[in-house]
Amino acid sequence: MEFDSNRPIYLQIADSICDRILQGELKAEDRIPSVREYGAQIGVNPNTVARTYETLTDRGVIYNKRGIGFFVTENAAQNIRKEAKEKFLKEDLPNFANKARLLDIDKDEIIRLLF
Amino acid sequence: MIKIGNIDFSYGNVPCLEKISLNLEEGKIYGLLGENGVGKTTLLTLLCGLKKVQAGRIEVDGFDPCKRDPEFLASQFYLPDEVAPVNARAEAFAKENGRFWPEFSFDKFIEIMTIFEMDPRQKMNAMSAGQLKKTWISFALACSTKNLYLDEPTNGLDIPSKAQFRKAIMGYTREDSIIVISTHQVKDLENIIDPIIILDKRDVLLNASVQEITEKLYFDYGTVLNPDSLYSEQVPGGFIQVYPNASGEESKINIEALFNTVHKHKETIKGIFSHE
Repeated sequence: MEFDSNRPIYLQIADSICDRILQGELKAEDRIPSVREYGAQIGVNPNTVARTYETLTDRGVIYNKRGIGFFVTENAAQNIRKEAKEKFLKEDLPNFANKARLLDIDKDEIIRLLF
Repeated sequence: MIKIGNIDFSYGNVPCLEKISLNLEEGKIYGLLGENGVGKTTLLTLLCGLKKVQAGRIEVDGFDPCKRDPEFLASQFYLPDEVAPVNARAEAFAKENGRFWPEFSFDKFIEIMTIFEMDPRQKMNAMSAGQLKKTWISFALACSTKNLYLDEPTNGLDIPSKAQFRKAIMGYTREDSIIVISTHQVKDLENIIDPIIILDKRDVLLNASVQEITEKLYFDYGTVLNPDSLYSEQVPGGFIQVYPNASGEESKINIEALFNTVHKHKETIKGIFSHE
């Protein structure tokens, strides 16, 4: 797996799992590999993967069936979308607006390009 | 559990390790970093009982390593940087010598050799340095020992073998193992080693998990220099800088920059990471 240099690895792994859920590759109640299996697959320390699973559990994306493993939650895709939307509105959109202002692109032009 | 308490070791009258104390825990893959000559290899050979401390005490899972109790030796493997080009086929060598480690599995040896795309029928003394290293790594992992010490394991490996090595080490080690990897090739092992130990002459500068390191230090890859930077280095497109993490935001660790920061500010770093 290739990582970009800015974000902590455990969050980048979480992003890639979320993407696979949104793309429908992983579905509700699908089992995801154990911490060690997944670590071996992508060449990352199991502690790092354990942190990924911890944050995904907190975010309601996966859950732990004691002694069996980690599974995708019923509402995973919904939860990810809700979170991503918040992030888009709070971070991406203001950045975008800033840049548009900086480059003097007017509102009508942007709307025409977007829709 | 490995407990290293206030140990000294010198070669003749050249001191090597002085008053070193360190604890190592199960289930972790330690990265042992340090400049040339600070005693990384010496420390590993002390842990596995090849050398004897001159002062202080080492306890590995309740054993004193230098007593070389057979039960202790059966649960340790030390892979040196330079390995022997044995006059035998790899498979014959593994079968013959695996007997000394009760958990050794010949099937595992063949599986790991396959990961490395190695032919187990090849004679070891006819192999290139990299091929020989891969054979020994396969053997070391197939021994499934509780503790595993690897000295510069990725030295001499070609580009594809580095990813294969990461795969092998994650897939073929035990969950209760203590693994210590000494290395200068931090890029090869960046995502594998956690916690990170930085050894200095007469001191352990750092022994902390990646999580703790990124809680306490911020790795900035931006274009604006921060006045609080402990260390900065120009890279294409900006800087890598390291400064105390005041905002609590998380960043991605860069082990080279960490190493340089720790070396430049030994006392500051020890203060930041002190648990007292």
